[in-house]
Parts: sequence; C-alpha cells; structure tokens
Amino acid sequence: MGKPSDLVQGTLDLLILKTISIEPKHGWAIAKRIQQISNEVLQVQQGSLYPALHRLEQQGWIRAKWSETETGRQAKFYGLTAAGRTQLEHEMESWSRLSTAINLVVEAS
Amino acid sequence: MRWFERFRMAVLMLFRRRNETARLNDELQFHLEQQIAENTAKGMSPEEARSAALRRFGNPTLVRDQARSMWSWNWLEVGLRDLRYGARTLSRSPGFAIIAILVMALGIGATTSLFTIVRSVLLKPLPFRDPGKLVMVYERFRASTGGGDGANVVSPADFRDWREQTHGFEDMAAWRGYGFNLTGEHQELPEVVDAAGGSWNLFSVLGVQPALGRAFTSEEDRIGANHVVLLSWVLFQRRFAGDASVIGKQIRLDTNEYTVIGVLPRWYSYPDSHVQLWVPYAQTFTAAGYDEHDNHQSRVVARLKPGVSAAVATKEVSALQYRIFQANASKPVAEDAVFRPMIDDVVRDVRTPLIVLLCAVGCMLLIACLNVSNLLVARSSARRKEVAVRGALGGSRLTLIREQMAESLLICAIGGFLGVAISLLATRWLAGHWQDLPRAEAIQVDGSVLAFSAGLVFLTALLAGLLPAISSTGSGVLAALQESSRSIGGSASRARLRKMLLTAEIALTVILLVAAGLLFKSFLRLRTSDLGCVSDHVLTMQYGLPEKQYDTREKIVAFHEALLERVRRLPGVRAAALVSTPPGGGWEGDNVFTIPEHPSNAFNLQLDALRRMIDPNYFSALQIPLISGRFFTDQERLARDHYVIVSKQLATQFFSGESPIGKHIRVALEEKPEDYEIIGVVGDTLYDVGQPSKATMYFPILSGIPSETSGATIVVRTAGDPLALSLPVQKQVSALDPALPVYEVLTLPQIVGNSTASQGFSATLVLAFATLSLLLAAVGLYGVLSYLVTQRVTEIGIRIALGAQRSEVLRLVLFDGLRPVVIGLLIGLAGGLTAGALIRSILYGTSPFDPVVFATMIGSLLLTAIIACVLPALRASRIEPMEALRIE
Repeated sequence: MGKPSDLVQGTLDLLILKTISIEPKHGWAIAKRIQQISNEVLQVQQGSLYPALHRLEQQGWIRAKWSETETGRQAKFYGLTAAGRTQLEHEMESWSRLSTAINLVVEAS
Repeated sequence: MRWFERFRMAVLMLFRRRNETARLNDELQFHLEQQIAENTAKGMSPEEARSAALRRFGNPTLVRDQARSMWSWNWLEVGLRDLRYGARTLSRSPGFAIIAILVMALGIGATTSLFTIVRSVLLKPLPFRDPGKLVMVYERFRASTGGGDGANVVSPADFRDWREQTHGFEDMAAWRGYGFNLTGEHQELPEVVDAAGGSWNLFSVLGVQPALGRAFTSEEDRIGANHVVLLSWVLFQRRFAGDASVIGKQIRLDTNEYTVIGVLPRWYSYPDSHVQLWVPYAQTFTAAGYDEHDNHQSRVVARLKPGVSAAVATKEVSALQYRIFQANASKPVAEDAVFRPMIDDVVRDVRTPLIVLLCAVGCMLLIACLNVSNLLVARSSARRKEVAVRGALGGSRLTLIREQMAESLLICAIGGFLGVAISLLATRWLAGHWQDLPRAEAIQVDGSVLAFSAGLVFLTALLAGLLPAISSTGSGVLAALQESSRSIGGSASRARLRKMLLTAEIALTVILLVAAGLLFKSFLRLRTSDLGCVSDHVLTMQYGLPEKQYDTREKIVAFHEALLERVRRLPGVRAAALVSTPPGGGWEGDNVFTIPEHPSNAFNLQLDALRRMIDPNYFSALQIPLISGRFFTDQERLARDHYVIVSKQLATQFFSGESPIGKHIRVALEEKPEDYEIIGVVGDTLYDVGQPSKATMYFPILSGIPSETSGATIVVRTAGDPLALSLPVQKQVSALDPALPVYEVLTLPQIVGNSTASQGFSATLVLAFATLSLLLAAVGLYGVLSYLVTQRVTEIGIRIALGAQRSEVLRLVLFDGLRPVVIGLLIGLAGGLTAGALIRSILYGTSPFDPVVFATMIGSLLLTAIIACVLPALRASRIEPMEALRIE
C-alpha cells in the first residue's frame, strides 16, 4: 500500500520539486499535475506523496504556506525555497546523467 | 540558508506540534474533498463519489501516520507515547508493578555495588606514576611445595645485591612491615603502631611525593644513620592534629628519638591503611641482619625500564640469585627470582572471592530478569486478544513489540534508579565491613559506574521484555481472534515458554545455592577448626619491651616473671603464661635446623619448623597435651636454655619411629647454630586456621635472648568473661612500666574470628543472594502454576465431572509444576559441580562435591518448589465441576 513501485526509487522528490518549481501548488494539484504531464503513466499514491512532501519540508527544500484555492477554500501550498531550487538543479543534473547512462546501455546493440 | 530553514522547522515541530497535526488533518481532508469533487464532476452520485474517493485514498489514519513519521522529533513523540502507554498498563496492576520493580531494584543495586567494588579494587590502576610498569620481585625456592608461583619474601642482602648488580629494571625498592611503641616527649599515652621500613628510593619508584616535608635520602637508609621518620596522613591528623610544625621535631619510637621529616599524602595507603609511619629500611635491621641472605621478610617493588620486559629483567635477577645461592649453599637461600605485576600482588587474596561474588549477583540479576520476563509473559497472554485486534487494525508488529518493551523498560528504569540509590548505601557498607579489603579507600561510585548501571537497565529491559513481546505479537493474529475463550489448553506454547524460563531460573538458583552452601560450609569448618588447645575463656594481649631499657637477658626475664607473678594473683585468673605468638596468631617465625644424631648434615629446606618462645606454664595453661617427656621448669633459664620441646608433627616428620627425647636440634637462635636437647613432645596446634598444622619447636622464653623474647603475648585463662580481665591485666603491665603499651587485646575466638572474617563475609553474602534467588524462583513457580491452573479450570472441571479423583487432579497439577523443577535441578547440578570446581581454591576442608551440601541444597530447593506448587494444585483439586463449566 502506498509504495511508489511504479516510480524509480528516489525520483519522487525530483518530480515534486520540478512540479512546484514554477509556482506553489497543494498536494492534490501536485499529484494531478504529475499524472497529466506523464500521460497518466505516473500515479502518485497519497501514501507516498504526503510523507515525501513532509520530508522535503523538514529538510528545508520546500516551504508550506496556507492560502486560498480558486474555489475559496484554505489549502496548504508548497513552494521551493532557495535551497530547494539548488537541490532541484542538482537532482535534475544527476537524473539526466543517470538516464543518459541507462539509455546508452539499453540502446547499445 | 538551508540550516536556518531546517532549524525553523525543528522549532516549529517541537513547539507547535498540535497545530501542525490539525493542519495535516486539514490537508488530507482537502485532498479527499478534491477527489470527491472530481468524482462528482465525472457524474457519480454524491454517495458513490465519496466511497470511491475513500477507496482510492486508502487508510487515512495510516497515511497520516506515515506523513507524521517524517516529522522531526517523531522518535521522541513515539517514545513518550510508548512510555505513557506502558505506565498506564503498569498502573492498572500496581501489585505486579511494585513486585517487578523491587525485584529489579535489588538485582541492579546488588550488581552495581559489586561492580563498583570490583572496578575500584581489581580494575582501576594503582594510584602511582605509570603503575603498569611496577612489578613485585620475589625469591623462589625450587623445593617450595606451596601452591601458586612459589614466591617467597626477600632477604635484605639479596635485595641489595639485586639492586646493585643487575640493570634490567629502572630501579628497585624494598619495604618490610615493622612495629613500634610510640611515645611522646611529654605525658601522651603510649601506643603500639604498625610501621614499615622502606628503602630510600621506595617513594620515588612509586612516584609518590610527600604531602609535607621530604622523603628519605640514601644517606639516611644506612645502618647507624640518623633516625628519621615519615608520618602517614592518618597519624599526622590523629596524633599531631595536622600541625605542620611537627616536621623537624622529635618523636620517640621504642624510646629512641626520631626526627619527623615528612608526611605522606592523604590518599597514600600502600601496602595497607594500617601502616602509620615509615622509617628507612636499613634502620629496621641490625648490622648483621642487614647482610644476611637467609633472613627473608622484605618485599621488593621494581619499575620496568622502557623496552625491557619484566620476564627479561627478572631473568637477570634470577641468574644473580643462583650465584648467591651457590655462595651460601649451607643456608636457606633461594635459588631463583620471580615477579608478579604489582596490582596482582595487591589484590591477590580478594580476586577470587570478589569474582565469585560478582558472578553470584550476576546470577541473581539474571534470575530477577527471568522472573520479570515470566510475569510479563503471563500478562501478555491475558492481553493476547487486544494485541491481535490492534494488529488487525494496522498496528505494525514492531510498534507492538516496542510498546511492550516500553513496559519492561519502565520497570527496569525505575528499578535501576532505586537500585543505584540502594547501591550507593550498600557499596559504602560493603567497603566498610569487608575486613582487609585492599584499596577500600579507592572505592567510589563514578561516571563509569553510573554508565554501567544505565547499560544494565537497558540490558535487563531487553532480556526481560523481548521474549514476552515477541511471543505475544507473533504469528496467528487470526488464530488468537478465533480462539474461543472456552478452548481447552489453548496457549500451550505460551505455557511452554514460561516453563522454559522457569527451568532456566531453577538451574541458576541451584548453581547459586550449591556455591553458597560450599562457601558457607567451608567458613563453618574454618570457624570450628580445632586450634589444638583450649580456646574458651582465654584472653591474649601483646607487649614489646623496648631494647633500650631492656638491654640484658636478666632485665627481660625479670619483667616477664614479675608480670606473670602479678597477673596470676588477680582474682578470676585460672592460669597465665607467655608465648611469642599464640595459636591462630599467624606464621610469625620459623627456622631451618639440623639433627646432629642424623648422618646427613647438609642444608635441607625440608628441615624447617615454626619457632615459639614459651614459659614453663604455657602448655598447662592452654591445656596442650604432653605426649612424652616433660615440660620446661623454672630451671631452664638464661644461659641454661639449651632445651627444646617439639610438636607431635615434628617428632613424626623428622624422627619417624624413634623417640626424639634426648636427641638434639641444631638451630641458630642467636648468631651461630647451637644444639638444643629435646626434652618433650606436645600436641599440635594450628598457627593459622585454614592452614594445615606445621612442625613447631618451643624454646624457653626465660632465656631472655633479646631478639627473641622481648616481644611476648600473655595468655590468661579466666574463670569468667575473659575480656572483663583485660583492664586489670593492662594495669599490671603499666604498674611495672608506665610507658609500655599493650596491643592486640583479644580472646582466642576473636583471633580466629578476625582471621576468618572475610571468608565469613563473602560466604554470608553469597548465601543471602542464593536465598533471595530461591525466593524469586519460588514466586516464579507459584505464578506459572497458578496461571496454568486458571487456564485449565474448564478442562479440570470436565475431568472431575467424568469421574477423575481429586487426588489424581492434585497429582496431575503437582507433577506438571515439578517437571521444570526437576529438569532445572539436573541442569543446575551440572552447573553446580562446575562452579564448585571453579571455587575449589577458596574452599577450606570442604570438597567441591560435598555430598552434604548438595543434599541440603537439593532438599531445600525441592521443598520450596513443592510448597510453591501445592497451593495451586490444591486449588485445582477443589474445583467444582458445575462452576468450572459455567465459567465463560
């Protein structure tokens, strides 16, 4: 229950950081956004999403703020901190290195 | 900036936790609402939308917990919650909690105390400079038959040759025990003080600086040098009120003037705390004695050179010693030298008893753990269903185990806290009441002891809690839920676990009981060992005549006879006599001798006997039997003293078959060997309880030889309480010489008691631990059996309803309870035999397989077990079938 078996280990952090890099979002929106962009391939379970959000918050990479949604309800919006932005760059870099490497191996004839 | 962000979160999480929890709930609620809204937008009915959303969302409580587990301080929160639950469960059954806590307090307290003592006495380095480099060097006779490493005390000339002619050690120093009559310049009371002679470099070898003044110089450590003295801190405070102006002043020792040159530091207590003052080593010898190779009494401390091992350095000393031996072949001079690390030398006599005691408390602690564990298993089986329900609702096994562990941790922590408090008192009591415990002043509770007890708390909590926790949260959640309360013999496995714990408990108890029994029997044997003389109503008192006034044989004899005369006239005195050392008073002095009538006159180490000086009435006063010949008379005195009485053992050992009367013993009482005619044979006496008797020769004290007869013990056999006469006898001494102090005013049983006190102490302690363990085991047994009976009420009811006899039921339950006892007993007996063999070296006159001890201990264990089993068994046999079957 709740294990991101469909996500490569450790990439959930990257996905979250990337998703909120443009503007702060609440948990539901983050999950939806990841789902949409990935053409419904990546399904983020609540059981992984919220622990991950809280962990990132504890580590000081994201910062939560309560504000109103378009429907006028109070919700918790997560945005990147300065440290989080650096962390995102760092993670994207290592991801691209990793995926290139994997591609090289997989596509080698 | 990131550290600031993290710090902000940590503070937020610590102080606004409640707030954050509400927000988390809100956040999850929002997520759910969004999902419902989406579902409704897809065209579901509100009802449908809600349940679909919940289905998709999963277990909200679990998601919340998972998110929370990411928060900082989560460990603290979980720990506190577990402890709170633990405290709540414990407070529901205060009886159990109090018993368990007390049991653990006792176990942890006793273990902490013993650990404190063992650490301070055995493990802490000696308080000297670089103490690991200090060793003791001894002589060794190749013919030595005593056990151990054969180490023998060193003669002064050997030590001086070693120090001058070998170079393996950085330096060597010597000391010997000594005693003085201490008198002041004015009217102070005289007293006898334990003293020691130390070579001038002793304190620099040890690395000790005097607290005041200076240590000896090499010029002072010579025969005939100026008399100087170093005071111990205790004497400095007690006799001189800590007045530093005493330095440079004179005090009188044996009526000679000594100049005080310094005071030793307060902490200094080597070789023991009885030594009140130190004089230069050479000044404790006569000029002739200082040059003797066959006059063994000193101990040698050596400091290792960097890079040279003790073995190598000792080898050089040993080679030199062999040359000394060859040059003195007709005298008792040792052939070799051996060494011991100094710390081993200091704690030699207490190492085994201390380790035995530590093992005993360790056993007791283990038994206490097993007992608490047993009680916890009983409780956990009562809560089995609750645990199963919580497991079914998503509580992870780890959480459940942790919660149960919190309970045992609470018990052990409170117990440990109490235990440390107990041990603070107990340690002080133990250190104060353990006679002759070396380094007792070093005993103190410090940080590492507290760390040890904290470790003990966690270890015991783990030991006591883990097994019950694992067993109760184990497999079969479903089975536990399905298990009908009417099922019969349902938790057989749980009962088996408890019986196993019980078996272990009994086995440990048996080991403890056997060890305690052996030690106690050995102690009783010591106490009741026959000294070989009458011991009731005998008072002994020592005095030493100072050489200065009592410088001739006539003066010494005159004092002795006058004193005897006066004491014999006292009312209540049946007999009075003099002896150099009374029975049980120690080794004191021995001589090698030859027998002129026997052909081989070469030096032979085996021809050796204790030497005692006595007056004519000694044997009749102490009722030591005459076997043949006669006692001394007043005629064997002064120069006409060449007569000797020998003990039965000497006669049989050296005159096998022939009569020793009329034969001679050639022995050097003064300077040269002379012949003494044997005129009588008397019964054997023990020089030390706990040691086999030794061949003894008795010479007339009326010879008045100053070196041999100026110190004496007056033994007085009385009609009534001997101690009531101690003051009248002392008054007779001071009437003859007001400046003469007496010391060691003791009855013979007191002398024996003093020398067996530490054995008695450790035997009593081990016995107390064993008794407590027996009690714990009985409680455990009773608990398990009562529980089993309660479990089997229905079964027993059916049995009785079907016609089982009540006596059969009784037997059934009784045997059920006694089976683990018997198994534990057998295991424990094997362990007890091993333990007995391990403590063989400290047993006196008791075989480690003593059948009486084993039978007594098995008997008392079985008796206790039967009593513990009978109550539940009786209850089982009285079960009313109708009531039993109605119980639900």
